[in-house]
Amino acid sequence: MRFTTLLKNPADWMQGHGPHSEIVMTSRIRLARNLRGWSFPGWSSEKQRVELMNEVRPVVADLPEMKDGFDEEYSNLTKTKKQVLVERHLVSREHAARSTGCAVVIDRKQTLAIMVNEEDHFRMQGIRAGLDLRTAYEWVNRVDTELESVLPYAYDPRLGYLTACPTNVGTGMRASVMLHLPALVLTEQIKQVMNAVTKIGLAVRGLYGEGTEALGNLFQVSNQHTLGETETELISRIEGVAEHIVAAENNAREKLLHESQIMLQDQVGRAYATLRFAHILNSKEALNHLSLLRLGADLDLVTECDRSLLDMLLLEIQPAHLQLAATRDLSPEERDARRAEITRHRLQSVPEPRNVSLDKADDSATTSDSDDE
Amino acid sequence: MTNEYRVTTQDAVRHSGFGFRHYSPLSFLMKCDMCDAEATVFLTQIVDGKMTQVNLCEKCSKDKGVTDPTGFQLADFLLGNTTHKKSKATSTEEDAQACPECGFTRAHLKKIGRMGCPECYHTFADDLENMLRAMHKGTRHIGKTPGKIVEARPVEKAPKAAPVPPAPKKVNLKKRLADLKAAIEQAVIEEQYEEAAKLRDEMREIEKKTV
Repeated sequence: MRFTTLLKNPADWMQGHGPHSEIVMTSRIRLARNLRGWSFPGWSSEKQRVELMNEVRPVVADLPEMKDGFDEEYSNLTKTKKQVLVERHLVSREHAARSTGCAVVIDRKQTLAIMVNEEDHFRMQGIRAGLDLRTAYEWVNRVDTELESVLPYAYDPRLGYLTACPTNVGTGMRASVMLHLPALVLTEQIKQVMNAVTKIGLAVRGLYGEGTEALGNLFQVSNQHTLGETETELISRIEGVAEHIVAAENNAREKLLHESQIMLQDQVGRAYATLRFAHILNSKEALNHLSLLRLGADLDLVTECDRSLLDMLLLEIQPAHLQLAATRDLSPEERDARRAEITRHRLQSVPEPRNVSLDKADDSATTSDSDDE
Repeated sequence: MTNEYRVTTQDAVRHSGFGFRHYSPLSFLMKCDMCDAEATVFLTQIVDGKMTQVNLCEKCSKDKGVTDPTGFQLADFLLGNTTHKKSKATSTEEDAQACPECGFTRAHLKKIGRMGCPECYHTFADDLENMLRAMHKGTRHIGKTPGKIVEARPVEKAPKAAPVPPAPKKVNLKKRLADLKAAIEQAVIEEQYEEAAKLRDEMREIEKKTV
């Protein structure tokens, strides 16, 4: 598969519908694996890294799951192309920052990605739409088991899979769910929810992983511990927590609909107006408005606004995607203008949000209340 | 004693991936500890297995020079931590201990909080114990085990509980008792109390028979 093919096709998870996919965007499992007898990438010479890559890349690319996939070493990819892979959640920011001796293999459906010479020799990821960590784990575990039968993994019976950083040793597994939580943010409950999550030993972070901001009301929840718990235990725990957060978000949405409908309509309407008519849109503004538009679509305040349209748009307006489309580097100002242009264009087909007069708003509030009873 | 520093930032460029990868939960809601601006740099320190954290905004972090993952001396200064310097002279020898496989030293480990190669886990086993306790739920792996281990080169030297030879039929119970005793001591040293208890029970069984 060529890069252009990869780019043209939306990833499987963007089209698929998994459990709770209106709130849980993706479920991801990442496994860290290393080979015995080799230094970890951060401590090895470039020559060693190239040697290791050349040895393992064909093995990885030959996996049945990777048939007709994308397989490239980083020295052949431009900075923009690597950044596109980051924006698609296929490789990490840290990996994209590297070059010689690094490679990535991605399956055709973009559900599996194996990074060679990230912080560990292998970082393999399974990504799936909705709340379904189990399936994502099944996918990546199968690949792991296949590789394990042909490659000398660094494994210690006591410490498990040995990783460059002791924070990953043991299962080497990071399970994470990406949650869209606009109502918890609007009702100012998010801090409380996230505090509870961190208290039970899970981590919360923004859209693009460690240290990134929670743009667009998107939050990632993942495990911090990798030692002393089994993969299944970790996955069940995160799925359980995610289900609670989904319930809290749904409650908050109900609450907004019934108690603050005018405010909600105002937020959605403003978001729609800005996205439909702005000529300068920076990333943050675009992501936050798209989040509210998505909320409006989820609550049927905005019609004919397919979720996958918004998912695609969310990617298209990322900096590297913009630059790749423009086939050149763009200044921030140029990006903001192009971002606005694409957004206006894509949302042309979406009719304006339902208009509700104050009296009608009162009516609908009371009717829906009575519906509940 | 482990004493290391980790710096992370929200900036993709400066976050090289070679620095310690630590993120702050709720980082997006955090304020700078020095002023009230939004914190973007998070400094984590582990001393004797306890984690403390300092959050700084862009400006304060630059003023203090902690944006560079290698600028740890300034981090010391910032935290008013001078013990690190004092112990420096005495620990030079200890810090110089290197992994026979890859040459990675204890000083490196302290500085970046990572290992050089899989064998380092054996070389620096003593340092690891506290780190793991601070980081994880347990200190033993109970997850997936490889179905089949592909041989590369023998690096698995890490001693588990001292190997106990299988119990001989009736002969040499004395020898067996001595082995068990040694194995229990070893297990206790390694804090593998469950293993020790198991061995103790076996020893009692034998003692019953011999008396």
